[in-house]
Amino acid sequence: MDSQICNEACLICMGLILVLSIFIGFEVISKVPSRLHTPLMSGSNAISGITLVGAVIAVGSAWGTMSLILGTLAVVFATVNVVGGYVVTDRMLQMFQKKPGEGKQ
Amino acid sequence: MNFILLINGTYIVAAVLFIYGLKLLTSPVTARRGNLLSAVGMFLAVVVTLLNEEIIDYRWMLIGIAIGGIIGGLFARLVQMTQMPEMVALFNGSGGLASLLVGWGAYHVMPLAGLFVMTTVFLAVLIGGVTFSGSLIAWGKLSERIPGRPMLFRGQTLLNGVLVIVILIGGSLFLSAPETSYPIFLGIILLSLVLGVMVVIPIGGADMPVVISLLNSYSGIAACAAGLAITNNILIVAGAFVGASGIILTNVMCKAMNRSLYNVLFGGFGAVTKGAAAEVGGEVKAISAQDTYYILEAASAVAFVPGYGLAVSQAQHVLKELGDLLEERGIEVSYAIHPVAGRMPGHMNVLLAEADVPYEKLIEMEQINRRIANIDVCVIIGANDIVNPAAREDTNSSIYGMPIIEVDRSKTVIVLKRSMAPGFAGIDNSLFYKENSRMLFGDAKGSIGEIVAEFKNV
Repeated sequence: MDSQICNEACLICMGLILVLSIFIGFEVISKVPSRLHTPLMSGSNAISGITLVGAVIAVGSAWGTMSLILGTLAVVFATVNVVGGYVVTDRMLQMFQKKPGEGKQ
Repeated sequence: MNFILLINGTYIVAAVLFIYGLKLLTSPVTARRGNLLSAVGMFLAVVVTLLNEEIIDYRWMLIGIAIGGIIGGLFARLVQMTQMPEMVALFNGSGGLASLLVGWGAYHVMPLAGLFVMTTVFLAVLIGGVTFSGSLIAWGKLSERIPGRPMLFRGQTLLNGVLVIVILIGGSLFLSAPETSYPIFLGIILLSLVLGVMVVIPIGGADMPVVISLLNSYSGIAACAAGLAITNNILIVAGAFVGASGIILTNVMCKAMNRSLYNVLFGGFGAVTKGAAAEVGGEVKAISAQDTYYILEAASAVAFVPGYGLAVSQAQHVLKELGDLLEERGIEVSYAIHPVAGRMPGHMNVLLAEADVPYEKLIEMEQINRRIANIDVCVIIGANDIVNPAAREDTNSSIYGMPIIEVDRSKTVIVLKRSMAPGFAGIDNSLFYKENSRMLFGDAKGSIGEIVAEFKNV
């Protein structure tokens, strides 16, 4: 796995990415109105399933049974997070989009 | 040939889609498209990762994706809208566990990867573990599988402190010789799971939305740490977005309750009243659905104040019907939304949107409080702590200082409630004994249905 061993420049680069991402995150999200807090939360929850990318690499490059098991489990749980998160968010947002007056019960 | 450039280029595209998607979430009109864009970003990121040169075997990964996709998709489709908070908690825990496993896998494969990588592995496992078990407890509390009340015992803070110190010592032992420290590593995983349980059990009551958004933030940070551990940019970027968004949301919730995060996490809301909280007493005046109809009919401005009880009894549709009937008679109707009403941030907005209440009718706390004295009738539906005047009047109350919807200042208050039991926070509510309060006992959906029937009988 030599491609994953990082030199100093790469560390600094990752640090830069990290810091800038945090700032962008703060900037973008501080403007969300309170009525959309639930979809925002579940939408960003779905994004946190990005760890799926890591899990996919882990299982695809696994050596031996143990790392295969760990990787496969990671893929399963991360996919639950991603798929479930986006579908739930979509269901919620669907309700926000209905025209007033429609679908009275 | 290797695909490093293509992969990382696509990661940049994915990151842009995440940012733009979150940006579109700032308006109800574009929000759905925003979520879709963010999903496209995720799809691209995962697909392009398959080109990674280290990946030699696709079988298990595809099986895993299929299983996870089916589970996640089914749950998300089948879940009731009322169960949304606990579902989000469960998904969140799932993401935390995945980060833990990625960290564990990274350590298992390359225990000699150096101090930086091992530090990030340690963080991914620790935060992922806390997120996982914490979310499970939150799920249990929200779905009432375990008691929602804060669970406190003597020396709890001390025990948590010791736990953190032990984890930190374990962490430094592990980092000083990662290749020989497998047992210590497993111990850290175990303790991080215990820590997650310990941090969430003392929290209850109106604090649940805070915990949910905080755990959401943790799951992002865990993904971010996992990204640093395996040197993957998109994990770092997306994890940092989620971490930042969760922290902002947590902060908004804390402000809404006028409490610090420390106080939420360690205060044990609602469990310990500082001794002499004022004795609540007086006479409770019950009212029938028919009399409620007369009061509502004579009013010119009505405000509904919903709480978790609205979600429990699924009364949002019949409430909308009642609102429409009132409006047909020229009565001004508004829905007063407290920022922490319900069990997750923005819970009431989702429920009322489900019943097609137009969002211009949802009035935020500060605005409604400004004109609450001019409102003839406030109808409280399954809300308790967020309208408790003790927050303003009783310096000994555990909710003292929390901003509330000041319904007691309106002309008449009608409280829809199943019984006199105290709210989720476990404190008595002096509102029920006020001169201008009337109690309409029964299930919210049934009670509102009866009022609607009265309107229709005329």
